[in-house]
Amino acid sequence: MADRRITLEVFRYRPDGDGEATIQDYRVPYHEHWVVLDALNWIKDHADGTLSFRWSCRMGVCGSCGMMVNGEPRLTCAVFLKDYYPSPIRVEPLINFPVERDLVISMDDFLAKLQAVKPWLIRDDEEPPEGEYRQTPSQLAQYKQFSMCINCMLCYAACPEIDGIPDFLGPAAIALAHRYNLDSRDQGQSQRQEALGGEEAVWGCTFVGECTAVCPKNVDPAGAIQQAKVASTKDWYRHVLLPWGKR
Amino acid sequence: MRGPLRRPFPRDWFVRKGAYRRFMVREMTSVFIGGYIVFLLVWLYRMGQGPEQYQALVEAMRHPLAVALHMLALAAAMYHSITWFNLTPAVMPLRIGEDRLPNVVVAITMGYLPWMAVSGAILWGVLR
Ligand code: SF4
Ligand code: FES
Repeated sequence: MADRRITLEVFRYRPDGDGEATIQDYRVPYHEHWVVLDALNWIKDHADGTLSFRWSCRMGVCGSCGMMVNGEPRLTCAVFLKDYYPSPIRVEPLINFPVERDLVISMDDFLAKLQAVKPWLIRDDEEPPEGEYRQTPSQLAQYKQFSMCINCMLCYAACPEIDGIPDFLGPAAIALAHRYNLDSRDQGQSQRQEALGGEEAVWGCTFVGECTAVCPKNVDPAGAIQQAKVASTKDWYRHVLLPWGKR
Repeated sequence: MRGPLRRPFPRDWFVRKGAYRRFMVREMTSVFIGGYIVFLLVWLYRMGQGPEQYQALVEAMRHPLAVALHMLALAAAMYHSITWFNLTPAVMPLRIGEDRLPNVVVAITMGYLPWMAVSGAILWGVLR
């Protein structure tokens, strides 16, 4: 077979250099079974060792290879070259995040938001039970979908509200907060409400719905946010009508 | 040392993709919903002012422009309601045990059926 090639237009940025961010073209061998991440790794190994990007599992599990592929937030280990060939493919860092270098974004803000909603099981009593906390299949089904999140942040890159509303927690953080609130073993809803109850924390969302559309794990973060809005509203009424009740 | 580069969302995002454009249309139809509520309040106010005033408003509403505006408001309200009804399953998922009820079932029982019932009742009241 002839040496077929495809062009990757790759976003470059060096925090220590002086020039602006640029787009650099690379001619990459084309293979039907290659994904965009394979092409990036080929560039790194054979054409330009200075290119920086994150990846780990190559199988849609670790959530570290998210980038903008032709303007859409995608896991680059799950986007095949053959779906674009022979047209060029533009690869850029996830939008809405500060770029550290090339395709590597800073996730500090996301991690702070994630931590704020305490995405772990909270119990009033510290003593663990004998064995494990038991759960029926229908109790599991309540939150299972929201537990599939791999923190890939594609949903943040699809959201037009995130950038302008710093206090909005964003899709994945809210989906995970909701996931633990729905878990029959958890007792931490009131603690999480401190983060979820902020003025814009969940209400920054206008239900554009693109977070759900781009999520590679069918988490439906947009649904989780609306459900969190309902829960937050109930909590507010409970607080106003029964101020002496338990928060 | 320049440090991290900020890359905000494009300012013209709402024209960039079909899904974003449809969202914007849905948002904009609320203007008609809000406008129509104001109109209904004016209508009520005029009714309180006596039969002549009320009759004048009824006459004014026969004007083709008024009819066209009503049709436009109706179309906007339909688009708004239907798109929201279709989103109900995401907001209020219903479960029976382990199984989530199909989205159409939720949209029909939570949205379309009550809508038909209320509309039917109003129609019956008007035509009676
Ligand atoms: S909700 Fe989906 S898109 Fe968002 S971080 Fe989790 S897996 Fe990624
Ligand atoms: S490399 Fe792990 S999700 Fe793509």
